[in-house]
Amino acid sequence: MEDRAGRIAAIIERFQGVEGATLPILHAVQEAFGYVPAESVPVIAAALNRSRAEIHGIVTFYHDFRDKPAGRHLVRVCRAEACKSMGSDQVVQSLEQALGIRLGETSPDGAVTLEPVYCLGLCATAPNAMVDGKPAGRLDGAKVASLVEGFAP
Amino acid sequence: MSARRIFVPGDAGALAVGADDVAAAIARAAAAAGVAVEIVRNGSRGLYWLEPLVEVETPTGRVAFGPVAAEDVPGLIAAGLLEGKGERLFLGPTAEIPFLKAQTRFTFARCGIVDPASLADYRAHGGGVGLMRAAALPPAEIVATVTASGLRGRGGAGFPTGIKWKTVLEAAGARKFIVANADEGDSGTFADRMLMEGDPFAVIEGMAIAGLAVGATRGYLYIRSEYPHAIARMEAAIATARAAGWLGADCAGSGRAFEIELRVGAGAYVCGEETALLESIEGERGEVRAKPPLPAHKGLFGAPTAVNNLVTLASVPFILAEGAEAYAAIGFGRSRGTMPIQLAGNIRHGGLFEAAFGVTLGELVEAIGGGTLTGRPVRAVQVGGPLGAYFPPSLFDTPFDYESFAARDGLIGHGGIVVFDDTVEMAAMARFAMEFCALESCGKCTPCRIGSTRGVELLDAMIAGREVAKNAALLEDLCDIMKFGSLCALGGFTPYPVMSALRHYPADFGLAPAASAEKEIATWA
Repeated sequence: MEDRAGRIAAIIERFQGVEGATLPILHAVQEAFGYVPAESVPVIAAALNRSRAEIHGIVTFYHDFRDKPAGRHLVRVCRAEACKSMGSDQVVQSLEQALGIRLGETSPDGAVTLEPVYCLGLCATAPNAMVDGKPAGRLDGAKVASLVEGFAP
Repeated sequence: MSARRIFVPGDAGALAVGADDVAAAIARAAAAAGVAVEIVRNGSRGLYWLEPLVEVETPTGRVAFGPVAAEDVPGLIAAGLLEGKGERLFLGPTAEIPFLKAQTRFTFARCGIVDPASLADYRAHGGGVGLMRAAALPPAEIVATVTASGLRGRGGAGFPTGIKWKTVLEAAGARKFIVANADEGDSGTFADRMLMEGDPFAVIEGMAIAGLAVGATRGYLYIRSEYPHAIARMEAAIATARAAGWLGADCAGSGRAFEIELRVGAGAYVCGEETALLESIEGERGEVRAKPPLPAHKGLFGAPTAVNNLVTLASVPFILAEGAEAYAAIGFGRSRGTMPIQLAGNIRHGGLFEAAFGVTLGELVEAIGGGTLTGRPVRAVQVGGPLGAYFPPSLFDTPFDYESFAARDGLIGHGGIVVFDDTVEMAAMARFAMEFCALESCGKCTPCRIGSTRGVELLDAMIAGREVAKNAALLEDLCDIMKFGSLCALGGFTPYPVMSALRHYPADFGLAPAASAEKEIATWA
């Protein structure tokens, strides 16, 4: 077992002297572990001279921060207006069917997480998704199928 | 013989339709043919229906091909693409493409043209002139120039930038800040993203000029986390600008200090609201602050702060370089200069169209945008993001400027236009507006926090056909409370899409069309 506490302490150390460091620290923790482990909250609180409740309130306010790791692949499909105008509701349905999970869920084998996102700024090539950090535009049934094919079980 | 320069955009919108594969295919094919090429990953020109748009530098200028797929590349190269020749997908000289030629590009003059990784290229295309001029001017003169240009906030509020800067300049404070708002969360908008990815030094130049103008020593650039490509591009550009002396203890030789720190959002739409954004930078929940005090008096960490939209800041270098008159010379009424309008959703020619204010909504959607991509009739367009009103084609004569849209119970917001064809269900769109507000409400004020959920319930009842007229009256009352009782634009403007949908498309809600509904709702606004 790696020394998680040590890694969390090292991340906090990196942001010494940064004003308003809460979000940069939380982003760094999530980048390191894939989520914000509950055990990091009191450590961050102590370092920033805040209460655990305050840090918990901040973590849960922002949609990005997870309390458990995402699947090995992450599909963020846009549900906002521009994508809706090009049939994103259908794309969401196709993804749910192809992956066998609902929006907001992770597949039981931990292979894929399917999440909604509200605008990726790719509104002239709608409907869109971000798949493992890569933008994918003009989605239709065929493109969804080929995306899903790429996910090893 | 030097390598031929080929341009394949690295813009996220181009990547979404396969630009990386196209760049790789060109590199492979050129190597196989033994031709030396330099592939520049430029920004997008903003002609997204033609992406990936491949450009080739020729002795007579750049020519374009598009939309190019990776599998097209061998054939195009065989037909002479590397020499700038071809037939299939060949668009001729890029600058002559009508969609581009019809634009007035001040703020996006370099976007898609320059190599965004190169400060030298930026300078070769006229970048930096504004900053050098500002570095030699007293702060009050920079502010006066921006005031004279008539520039207003491009985030949506339309507040005169010069007046905001003057307030910060004259405010007493041991330190002051610039905050660049690149939390571009409105669906249908992508101007900030395109600019950061395609011309990042313009953003830095604008922020530095703002810093010199108001006496700020530090600027925060707040980018939403949904924009990873823009974040990477800006991080690199800030480092380059620092190494070149544009940032640091002696900003561009001004003798004054200015530094930029990049901050990444965390998926909260409400952080695009200026006071929630300040809370977020300070490391708090993104909850809206009551105003006053204005951020210009008491903003980030309690210090006087100029919070400006990214496009506003990037418009400033032109004004300093070319003069306030050159900017103010075009426009419409009290809306001076240009607006980067973003055509999005179900539209044939989707992209960024920078033009002087005053072009009508109909021209934008039909003539410039080419109507819907699906080829079906346009039924509604939403202008100004998820908090903007829906306009039916009967209002297409509305000129694009702040006051004209306000006069028709709408707003231009950050300049996004989302087009819907006749398959759209407007009651569902109204419900989505309330659902989105409930999802993104910061929770600080009751009209927004509770009202949005009640709004979803009312619309669900109407969509199910339960007591439609009674619920429509309740919805109107609720929207009134949200509009006048909310702390910020999230709760305050969510009524715009809801009430405009109800007013213009009553039948979608199960209400009798025209007269009765029109009358019922006419008292609102």
